[in-house]
Amino acid sequence: MQRSNSRLGWLAFGALAFLIGLYLVFLIQRAGHSLLALGALGVLGVTTWVFTSERAYAWRYLYPGVAAVLVFVLFPALYTVGIGFTNYSSTNLLSYERATAYFLDQKYAGSGEPLNLSLYPADKRFIVHVENEAGQGWQTAPLALDDAGARTVALQPAARPPAGDKAPMKDVIAHQAALKTLALILPGSKDEYRLSGLSKVAAMAPLFARNADGSLTNRQDGSVLKPDFNTGFYTSAGGERIAPGFKVGIGLGNFERLFTSHEFQGPLIKIFVWTVLFAFLTVVFTFVVGFVLASLLNWEGLRFRGVYRILLFLPYAVPGFISILIFRGLFNENFGEINLVLNGLFGIKPSWFSDPLLAKTMLLLVNTWLGYPYTMLLCMGMIKAIPADLYEVSAINGGGMWTNLTRITLPLIMKPMMPLLIASFAFNFNNFVLISLLTGGLPDFTDSMVPAGATDILVSYTYRIAFQDSGQNFGLAAAISTVIFALVAVLSVVNLKLTRVNASAR
Amino acid sequence: MAMVLDKTHRFKVIAAHAGLIFFLALTLFPFLMIVSISLRPGNFAAGSLIPEQISFEHWKLALGIGYTDASGQWVAPPFPVLRWLWNSIKIATISAAVILLLSTTCAYAFARLRFAGRRLGLNILFLMQMFPAVLSLIAIYAVFDAIGSYVPWLGIDSHGSLILAYAGGLALHIWTIKGYFDTIPVEIEEAARVDGATHFQAFRYVLLPMAVPILVVVFLLAFIGAIIEYPVASVLLHQEQNLTLAVGSKLFLYTQNYLWGDFAAAAILSGLPITVVFLLAQRYMISGLTAGGVKG
Repeated sequence: MQRSNSRLGWLAFGALAFLIGLYLVFLIQRAGHSLLALGALGVLGVTTWVFTSERAYAWRYLYPGVAAVLVFVLFPALYTVGIGFTNYSSTNLLSYERATAYFLDQKYAGSGEPLNLSLYPADKRFIVHVENEAGQGWQTAPLALDDAGARTVALQPAARPPAGDKAPMKDVIAHQAALKTLALILPGSKDEYRLSGLSKVAAMAPLFARNADGSLTNRQDGSVLKPDFNTGFYTSAGGERIAPGFKVGIGLGNFERLFTSHEFQGPLIKIFVWTVLFAFLTVVFTFVVGFVLASLLNWEGLRFRGVYRILLFLPYAVPGFISILIFRGLFNENFGEINLVLNGLFGIKPSWFSDPLLAKTMLLLVNTWLGYPYTMLLCMGMIKAIPADLYEVSAINGGGMWTNLTRITLPLIMKPMMPLLIASFAFNFNNFVLISLLTGGLPDFTDSMVPAGATDILVSYTYRIAFQDSGQNFGLAAAISTVIFALVAVLSVVNLKLTRVNASAR
Repeated sequence: MAMVLDKTHRFKVIAAHAGLIFFLALTLFPFLMIVSISLRPGNFAAGSLIPEQISFEHWKLALGIGYTDASGQWVAPPFPVLRWLWNSIKIATISAAVILLLSTTCAYAFARLRFAGRRLGLNILFLMQMFPAVLSLIAIYAVFDAIGSYVPWLGIDSHGSLILAYAGGLALHIWTIKGYFDTIPVEIEEAARVDGATHFQAFRYVLLPMAVPILVVVFLLAFIGAIIEYPVASVLLHQEQNLTLAVGSKLFLYTQNYLWGDFAAAAILSGLPITVVFLLAQRYMISGLTAGGVKG
């Protein structure tokens, strides 16, 4: 009985979800996105199939998670690669349709004669009255002129001005902002009248008319704008680009710019070299420090090992954004505690943030501090797994500590360690948080045209191009991201191979 | 293991202790310093590790109270730290709950059900952790910008967008939970199936109650992951009131407006609870990670 009840409950729930899904599809279709609606219908169909078909049973459990991964991880990654082949940037932000719509929305004061506008107060609201030179008048219903927001208001013929006194000029000036948003329509006409002077309204006509070939004719001066799908701009006959531009595919344009143009090639090579060096040295340093500490902590002759372990692990447990910012303060050249100590001991005040070499040293120091606890824990686990009899044999044969280390411990843990070290390399290759919070990529190269810093790694450089100083060039930044994707993919394949080799060796 | 311990051995022990203590002094210096700085008056005060003069002004600001300084002027908190903490906790709790729900069912399928593409799926999940979200920032920004023009509460500068962006971070958690499911004998569920339970009932009423510890751990890990996430949050959130801790904390240390002491108090206030939660959860994370790395 209970079982059939719960079955019924699930059935009702499923039917309800299906209906809600259908309604959503209907809403999207009504909003005018037919393609999107079709896609949504497809998703709904697949979902229904997964949750009703016996053959798709395993997918009932996988579907929600896989869908989330596809939508929020895989799709953005692929979309980024796609953007890398476009000119998407702050100057070419809109789609072609939206940019065209922007031009078609432009208005100019047409040929009709302007009308004089006056306001008549009516119980805290105003009647807007307009009349032409001949004295013919029209008026609106009382309007509240305080809220902003575009409104279209119909005018009614008025034989004479409304009763009462005209509002003084200062009231008209005080309500300019609201008046500017008004579009007044004369009875029997389609032209919008808009404010054209302090107290004048004039008929506004669309500035551009669209021609069959997609070009736009300026109705005021007769010039023609043609869309150029290579540059993503409407251009005038003289070749001048008219903003706003629109998004177009430019093929390998971004990659050509990155790898061949003088302005980008130089910084890019320097940044790439530093990225690899930074990631590699970080892995080496964290491994060496972590390994030494792990060997010490696995030594049974040592007491208080539990206390040491927890204290040594602390740097990893504190949230990164906090400890990195703590270091940013401690390394401050003028007030930082590190320079105070160094000044007291040796009389030096290194400029950690303005000297490129010192800034890089600081990054490596901080990153080693952040990263060694993780390698330490990994090494401790692996050293523990080494059979103790190997060391006994070594002791019998007179092997010392150094022999144990180089002949037994290191060779045995290097193999399982390798995939993890590669993963650590890949992580630090993209260690955006550290660079962004500690140096922000500074100090900048002095000889570079585009803003690029001596401590920038590829991702932080990407971030700067996309979201900071160089005018939000999303396309170019996405092109660099694409290059990073490719590099990391190579690393991943190597890593997977190594992992498989290890797995089959066991 | 009985061994004869000679003098060199004792010397080695002492040397090891000395080395470890020296290393610890270096590594823990920042933490001790930050506690000291949070208790010093003023934002530029230098001094020894133990402050000569203790002042709680920075702590008052961090807690959003404000105080009257020596010249009788009211000092208001520079940033809404508690508000940021609340934003962080809210976003992290909701996204962690979503992540837990999605990754548990996926892990069940990978651990117990047989279907085409199972091994491939696991490998893809394993590889995905090599590609951080920071590489897709531009698309994430563009997508949520587009969504925002139709659904404002999922657009740029909304918490909904951040929660959705975090909801896809399942890969590692699926591996962790699957690793735990693999250690639970499948015979118990089979017994339930023999007694007439459906697949779902075996999952819901037999397996899940046994897996509660790992579910708690994964929830905590996803929670911490969302709290400390910086790149995506920094792109999606803009208004000061909307920021999470990870994005907001940076504002304390701008060159033009350098609030070192205020930062110290806020850092301890927000960092301490997260650290404690992390220490509780981390043991399982490491074992999950390495297990995930070497098993097929």
